[in-house]
Amino acid sequence: MARSLKGRTGVRTRTALAAVSGLGLLAATGCGAADMTKQSSPYVNAQGAKTVTLSVQTWVGAQADVAVAKYLLEHKLDYRVDTVQVDEVPAWDALSQGRVDAIMEDWGHPEQEQRYVKDKKTITAAGGVGVIGHIGWWVPKYWADQHPEVKDWKNLNKFARQLRTPESGSKGQLLDGSPSYVTNDKALVKNLGLDYQVVFAGSEAAQITQIQQFAKQKKPFLTYWYEPQWLFNEVPMVEVKLPEYTDKCAEKGAADPSTVDCAYPTTPLQKYLNTDFVKHGGDAATFLKKFKWSKDEQNEVSEMIASQKLSPEAAAKKWVEKNPSVWKAWMP
Amino acid sequence: MSVATPTAPEAAPAPALRTALRHPAVRKLLLLAVLAAILVPIVNAKWASGSWPHALTVDASGPLGKASDWIIDNRDSHWLFLYFFGHISNAIVISVRAVYLVLLALGWAGVTAAATLVAWRVAGVRIAVTALVSFAVTGLLDMWVPGMQTLALMVVAVLASVVIGGLLGLAGGLSDRTFRMLRPVLDTMQVLPAFAYLLPVVMVFGIGVPSAVIATVIYAAPPMARLTALGLRGADKGVLEAVESLGATGRQRLLSARLPLARKELLLGLNQTIMMALSMAVIASMIGAAGLGDRVYQALSAVDVGAALAAGIPIVLLAIVMDRTTGAAGERMGAEPSGPKWLRSKAAWAGVAVVTAAVAVAGRLAGSQVWPASWTVAIAAPVNDAKNWMVDHLYSGVPVVGGTNDWAGHFTTWVLDPIRDGLQDAPWWGVLLVVAALAWLIGTWATALTSVLAMAAIGVLGLWQPSMDTLSQVLAALVVTLVVGFAVGIAAARSRRLEAVLRPVLDVFQTMPQFVYLIPVVALFSVGRAPGVAAAVIYALPAVIRITTQGIKQVDPSAMESARSLGATSGQQLRQVQLPLARPALLLAANQGVVLVLAVVTIAALVGSGALGYDVVTGLAKGDLATGLPAGVAIVCLGLMLDRVTQPTARRARKGA
Repeated sequence: MARSLKGRTGVRTRTALAAVSGLGLLAATGCGAADMTKQSSPYVNAQGAKTVTLSVQTWVGAQADVAVAKYLLEHKLDYRVDTVQVDEVPAWDALSQGRVDAIMEDWGHPEQEQRYVKDKKTITAAGGVGVIGHIGWWVPKYWADQHPEVKDWKNLNKFARQLRTPESGSKGQLLDGSPSYVTNDKALVKNLGLDYQVVFAGSEAAQITQIQQFAKQKKPFLTYWYEPQWLFNEVPMVEVKLPEYTDKCAEKGAADPSTVDCAYPTTPLQKYLNTDFVKHGGDAATFLKKFKWSKDEQNEVSEMIASQKLSPEAAAKKWVEKNPSVWKAWMP
Repeated sequence: MSVATPTAPEAAPAPALRTALRHPAVRKLLLLAVLAAILVPIVNAKWASGSWPHALTVDASGPLGKASDWIIDNRDSHWLFLYFFGHISNAIVISVRAVYLVLLALGWAGVTAAATLVAWRVAGVRIAVTALVSFAVTGLLDMWVPGMQTLALMVVAVLASVVIGGLLGLAGGLSDRTFRMLRPVLDTMQVLPAFAYLLPVVMVFGIGVPSAVIATVIYAAPPMARLTALGLRGADKGVLEAVESLGATGRQRLLSARLPLARKELLLGLNQTIMMALSMAVIASMIGAAGLGDRVYQALSAVDVGAALAAGIPIVLLAIVMDRTTGAAGERMGAEPSGPKWLRSKAAWAGVAVVTAAVAVAGRLAGSQVWPASWTVAIAAPVNDAKNWMVDHLYSGVPVVGGTNDWAGHFTTWVLDPIRDGLQDAPWWGVLLVVAALAWLIGTWATALTSVLAMAAIGVLGLWQPSMDTLSQVLAALVVTLVVGFAVGIAAARSRRLEAVLRPVLDVFQTMPQFVYLIPVVALFSVGRAPGVAAAVIYALPAVIRITTQGIKQVDPSAMESARSLGATSGQQLRQVQLPLARPALLLAANQGVVLVLAVVTIAALVGSGALGYDVVTGLAKGDLATGLPAGVAIVCLGLMLDRVTQPTARRARKGA
């Protein structure tokens, strides 16, 4: 008797509570359909401020784009800017849902472009950043000066011994970065018959820290890296020539990534905006569409952020004060 | 007599064998050996030994890839999303926004006043001062706005966890059957690395605050549910009978007797839920949580430890304030409320509200609502200088002992590589047998079966090799953690002064987000598995030290007294009395250690530890369900197995994790 009573109480309380919480939820959200893809961040437009949310990618070049855009939006156009750090592919997803309004620097994601820009039309291309990106393999200049022949991939096997680390074992170490970056390195090592082991640092931060540490010791290393990048100012590096990039190789790679045996293409970096934001974003959307600068200008800001340890905001302020002629052209 | 003598030598082995057989451990092992003798040849003939046989794997990438495409294509049209997930997500956005707007409206003065007064009322003057200082420091570090974003998210996540956990706990506390079903699930959820939850949540809800809140709730609700159920079940039978004899209805009994009697457990559950939610603050920034966690994450990707620390300190302070406040509230249960007279009266909560409102208005009239920009201190530069100095002087070429980089190299070559290769080359059925033996020795046949099935699941997923890699890192880190942790813990138990010095240090290290450790360890130990192990050791040590110290100090004083009166030296006391009696605590420390180590070793994929964590990072970074989800499941299985083989009998309430 006592037991059955207990059980019933439990059920009753539970249903009552569930009903209450369910009602509360409905009251809060209304009874109709709730489209998740149209919900924005809870932090935007607090207290009547006009807010723009920018996606910041993990590499510092993208942070420089965002820092300058943010500074100008806040100080010249009176917006509040929120930044969210998101990895590349999820950023496309977030942009499509309107969780962020803009991606300031994209290195080429054909699959996502097809899905969101061409098919669903939730994202609109907003032109180039003005910077051309290039991925490749690099060695430190101090080492290449002593051994100029290292600059050709055909000679890399001769140097494998020097590049051994505990992680790469009996092979030479090819240092790679974040898993989210575009990379064919495993296929390249295999298809070019190189005596190397790809070691993934797991994040760009870890990779940069490792490169800086190697450079301090003047040790040789071989790394996956890309341009434009501020680290070149701190650690001068020379590119290793890989087999030339051809359309044929690209087609083969698109069909089966494990067959790639040529260098990486060069990519004009692109901006993308959320389609609704383009329509209703006013001055901010116009400004972001017009935003365009050169590799050197971007690097100037990147370097202030990353090696002089200025806050992105301070770096952007310094650059904006020095280069009014560049940014005045972006104003709506 | 003379007859017995010749038979004695023959009879001697028999009783020895019999006593051995009477020992349950030996019986279990023997049974397992018999089982192995039968099964291994069959298995070996069919699939050969070595790594997990390919014939026994299932490739899930096809269906998973399709599932993820389906979700993306239907997210804005299918009823499941429009009428179910959409409302959940919307409710979260609205609640977080509401709390955030209230916090902003109160301004820094109002929020600080409210936090201080509440702490004063429930926990006393000292904790009120801690709260005041913590909020001031958050402002001083220029972290006010992100701090409020994190606070708003935490308030919503903790409330949701308490409601959901409380309801589950209520169900488990009132019905035996539900309790039996819930208990193993909750026990298991508590040991799983938070990292494994992120990807499935993000696939459904997309990057952003709703995902962050949901992942946090999944992680933080189990302790509330467990402790609520335990509290309700542990209620004094006599009191319940008395209430029943007074003719109380079921509901009256629940509200007037069972829940009040379980107040201590409920508060402890709240405390643990808050701590676990805060420990998710940074990890959840990987899926768009914004706030302080995002600042830590952004700073780390620019290799800026100083800035990461500036954002990490407010998280630690927030955690300490909330921990102490709820902890003290639990301890002072039933005692007089503290504070000045107007705070002690019945209308105190109204008083708190009035004073807060007054301070908030005053703050508004005085000018700024967010912390004034001129009152901030930049700590990033000096912290970075200190880190660089340390790295410059420790990295390499230190005379005699060698640099940290050399140690890392040796550790990788001499410890990590052999363990990994050993595990990867060992026959897969051998690994299963060892796991079964360990789990059975320490638990029941059910524990053994769970562990073996968990390991088999990893094999079926086709992730045997990377899992063995992860396992090797966990084992290496665990050994280091336990050796150092037991040594320091024993030392702290024997010296009051050392314990006093250690306490605040342990507090800070335990609440510091794991991410903050990752970059300094790369600078010291190079990219690879060694920095991951180092970060894991740093993260797991505080819990191990603390449990060891407590275990040894709680040894029955009368046992110590009698040992001393028998003239035992201090070393003998330790070896022969304290350590054996503290054995349960030491085992608990090992269990905690293994859970914490696994959590960090998987996150350490961000600094090059590879293996399973790398697949999860890849899955998150590329939105690739087919890579990330199986790896996440494998981490879960590994965690389950490791927990079961280190967990003796009854589990105690645990903190953090």
